[in-house]
Amino acid sequence: MGWRLTLRPYLLIVPALLLTCGILYPFGLGLYYTLFDFSASKPQPDMVRFENYGAVFTQEAFWNSAWVTVLYAVGAALAETVLGVAVALLLHRSTMVGRVLEKILILPLMIAPVIAAIIWKLMLQPSVGVVNYLLRPFGLGGVQWTDTPTGALLSSIAVDVWVYTPFVAILALAGLRSLPASPFEAAAVDGAGWWYTFRRLTLPMLWPYVLVAVIFRFMDSLKVFDIIYALTEGGPGDSTVVLQIRAYLEAIRFQRYSFGISYTIVLWAVVYLAAMVLVKHLGKIQRKAAEVTT
Amino acid sequence: MRKRLVGWLCDTALILYFVFALFPIAWMVILSLKPADQLFSTYFSFSPTLDGYRTVLGDSEGIPFVRFFVNSLVVSVGAVVLSLVVGLPAAYASARWRFKGSENLMFTLLSFRFAPELTVIIPLFVLYQKLGLFDTYVGMVWVLQLVTLPLIVWIMRSYFADLTPELEQAALLDGYTRKQAFFKVALPLVKPGIAAVSLLAFIFAWNNFVFPLILTSNEAQTVTVGALSFLGGDRPKYNLTAAAALVSVVPPLLLALTIQRYLVRGLSFGAVKS
Repeated sequence: MGWRLTLRPYLLIVPALLLTCGILYPFGLGLYYTLFDFSASKPQPDMVRFENYGAVFTQEAFWNSAWVTVLYAVGAALAETVLGVAVALLLHRSTMVGRVLEKILILPLMIAPVIAAIIWKLMLQPSVGVVNYLLRPFGLGGVQWTDTPTGALLSSIAVDVWVYTPFVAILALAGLRSLPASPFEAAAVDGAGWWYTFRRLTLPMLWPYVLVAVIFRFMDSLKVFDIIYALTEGGPGDSTVVLQIRAYLEAIRFQRYSFGISYTIVLWAVVYLAAMVLVKHLGKIQRKAAEVTT
Repeated sequence: MRKRLVGWLCDTALILYFVFALFPIAWMVILSLKPADQLFSTYFSFSPTLDGYRTVLGDSEGIPFVRFFVNSLVVSVGAVVLSLVVGLPAAYASARWRFKGSENLMFTLLSFRFAPELTVIIPLFVLYQKLGLFDTYVGMVWVLQLVTLPLIVWIMRSYFADLTPELEQAALLDGYTRKQAFFKVALPLVKPGIAAVSLLAFIFAWNNFVFPLILTSNEAQTVTVGALSFLGGDRPKYNLTAAAALVSVVPPLLLALTIQRYLVRGLSFGAVKS
């Protein structure tokens, strides 16, 4: 009986793991491919060892993509955090208006990012889009939203913010509702102002929740694909070619499979490193928050 | 007096955010109802027509949108069902027993959430071509596991962990087998959790774009990719694009509105507990 008891949890997990391994296999295969010069024009590839990675790092396009990706991820995560926490704080006041609106907070988050990008693409058309139509009375009728490099990057960040701000707001709101009441009561008795309470109590105690949201949003934005694919396709020029778009262009459009996968492996490594650093930081923040609470 | 002013300002700020959040959806409704010849003229005054929907749902632009919609249903439901079948036992095992490597196994499962999709898709693209899985339901269901399985395992794990083991132990004393205790005691108790997580996973699978973009071409293509095809062509068909976009968001939006409370719990659970 003993061995059956030890084995049981493993047996229950095996099917899930097998499916996962079904995905791990192509991952390993991809890793293996990067050692060759496999492409549509060369179906019988030669072993080139680490030449693909060397080519990635010496390609100017890679560094451009890396820069664009960082700008996008930092910009989107930052804007979503500020806006999301602000929305959560406003909803937490629990007025009539807040209670009604809270029920529909989740809606943009339920729309596929690619569909959101399509929607915004229609709204941001320079001559016939509704955004410029609404801006016309303010003398801003002809903004080329997605046709200038800066505009394209800001527009795609705006779509990301539209889709994912509710995610940050939901986490922050859940955090706000689970904070202990006593420190706030004490602060109120001491006559502390709103700003002081917010900076010394709310924010430090809320920060672990917010940081979880930030980690998720930052990781996800580093590998953004669908929003940019539908909104700008990486253009104009190279201005919004993030790493996943570059990998897509190399591997699928130009059919240089090995080279394209090398791109994604580099991105994967970066995302992992970032996750490790941030999760470590999260632990520190959580301990600090525990000190404030007690 | 000052307090009322602040309250009023806060409500206004909140309403402004929600205008930003909801206007795009409302605008798609308006755009989708516009007749093709009034697309670029007067913005808010026009005679609404359902022609856009008729075209989109009637294949008349040569884009079989209804089939894409059905495809999305089939592969999303397929992925969720398969994930439940293998995911529930895994979640139960990892919540009930601390065993060697359990945390590592669970983390491995979750870590797929952080991998760039293209890392596995490009090899899968090559592999699928060889195996004949390219542009098939089976191929799509298999790959959508990457989205649904980690979600289901992680959220159901916390639901199972919230049950006290005494319940099943009492059942065992009553002569139930382990299997019966799981199916007749534990499982019914987490039913609400299963319902919520299934719908959340369904929405995530439905909304996926990269997998169908690269691993399907026509037969198994889904709405997220299909909606993009109305943007192509020499003449912009904005009313059709808007109608297609709206039709494709109907299932997730309807589900979200119905189970809003559970979704919020699921979303914050899935994130915080990791």
